[in-house]
Amino acid sequence: MAGGVARFWREIPQRYNIIGNKCGSCERVFFPPREACPHCRRKSLGKMEDIKLSGKGEIITYTIIHVGPEAFKEQVPYPVAIIKLEEGPQITAQIVDCNIDEVKIGMKVENTFRRIQEDGYTGAIYYGYKFKPVKE
Amino acid sequence: MRDIGIVSYGSYIPRYRIKAGVIASVWGKDGATISRGLGINEKSVPSIDQDTATISVEAARSALKRCTIDPQDIGAIYIGSESHPYAVKPTGTIVGEAIGATPDLMVADYEFACKAGTAGVQSCTALVKADMIKYGLAVGADTSQAAPGDALEFSASAGGAAFIIGRDNVVATINHTLSFTTDTPDFWRRAERKYPSHGGRFTGTPAYFKHIISCATNLMQKVDTKPEDYDYAIFHQPNGKFPVSVAKKLGFTYDQIKQGLIVPYIGNTYSGASLVGLASVLDVAKPGERVFLTSYGSGAGSDGFDITITDKITELARDNAPTVAQMVEDKEYIDYGTYAKLTDLLYWE
Repeated sequence: MAGGVARFWREIPQRYNIIGNKCGSCERVFFPPREACPHCRRKSLGKMEDIKLSGKGEIITYTIIHVGPEAFKEQVPYPVAIIKLEEGPQITAQIVDCNIDEVKIGMKVENTFRRIQEDGYTGAIYYGYKFKPVKE
Repeated sequence: MRDIGIVSYGSYIPRYRIKAGVIASVWGKDGATISRGLGINEKSVPSIDQDTATISVEAARSALKRCTIDPQDIGAIYIGSESHPYAVKPTGTIVGEAIGATPDLMVADYEFACKAGTAGVQSCTALVKADMIKYGLAVGADTSQAAPGDALEFSASAGGAAFIIGRDNVVATINHTLSFTTDTPDFWRRAERKYPSHGGRFTGTPAYFKHIISCATNLMQKVDTKPEDYDYAIFHQPNGKFPVSVAKKLGFTYDQIKQGLIVPYIGNTYSGASLVGLASVLDVAKPGERVFLTSYGSGAGSDGFDITITDKITELARDNAPTVAQMVEDKEYIDYGTYAKLTDLLYWE
């Protein structure tokens, strides 16, 4: 993984629990978290508050990956979607637990905890979020 | 040990299934005969991005969805498995981080073949009883391994269950627990080997049956109960035949074990096996009902539990997470080639 274990470790709160943050000035929510709100700028400094996002949302658009990067080549074909979370931010993630022809724009999805990739058979394993359809 | 017990629970079973007949056809065997002989129709298979850590996290998150516990109040996490993703690097740290329980807690990974999960339940119960922690999380989960062509390939599957143990709002009181342990080499996996080895028929009478019957008998003597005092009984289920047989030998009826007998539909989830059965019982249990559980781990040992369902079970938000029955039904069949890819049978360097 580019950046190695140190970068992954720094991003664990976001990757495991979808921790974003909220501007204390305009209340906009961001994921991944930002140092400052791009709308309120200086007014937001010191007022950015971490929040755990629900991990639920709706597919805005998607594509089917047929030629994946090295770490994902055994999973092709697989869907990758942009998901609008309930709190507002949009997030890019793999869709799992459904057939690729079932993926639709507007589909309700929720996050699930999966292996994302590993540094070969001897390296670290990187976990994080993927999304799956919400069962009615 | 009154008023200590299960506060919430959750389970997880991966969606992929492979039928015993599909595996049998690859190795020139008759699927119907194998299924009948083992009492297993199909087994669950983890997807390529699932392992014991991801299954444990999903089961633990389901347990948290059903109650209102603050994960920061969980003082201990024990993950029982024989397929921890790392040989050195605890699965419990990953689970603790993913459910928001870190950093002020005790964590360790357990291994005792198929009973490491119930060993975790015992440890959490003891820590709560000693007032060292408010809540403990015990998980039994596996993505169990089987060598291609071995008899285990028809049963070794994936799944797990998680239990939050505490004193407040107990939905199932653990009245008593005890164990029976000997040095019996019926099944093992040597260090750095990918697949386990076993003693064939030796895994039966001197191993599974001796330990479960001894543990169960000792427990019923200790708490002064008889099989007919229980509404449900759960035994470790390496196949569909052994638990039915051991129940009969002990004097339990099929009606008592059927709710907790999941192996015919998902295979043997090893450290998860008896605990997924317990989760299935908790999915439907009513106040006042009594549950008997005896796990078995090769090597060998059994943990026995005498459990009473409390009135609080009606307040638990059981609908907030999928039941075992719902996950058994939510499935997608795969062929042997896909199974080989997903379970890393095509390993090379």
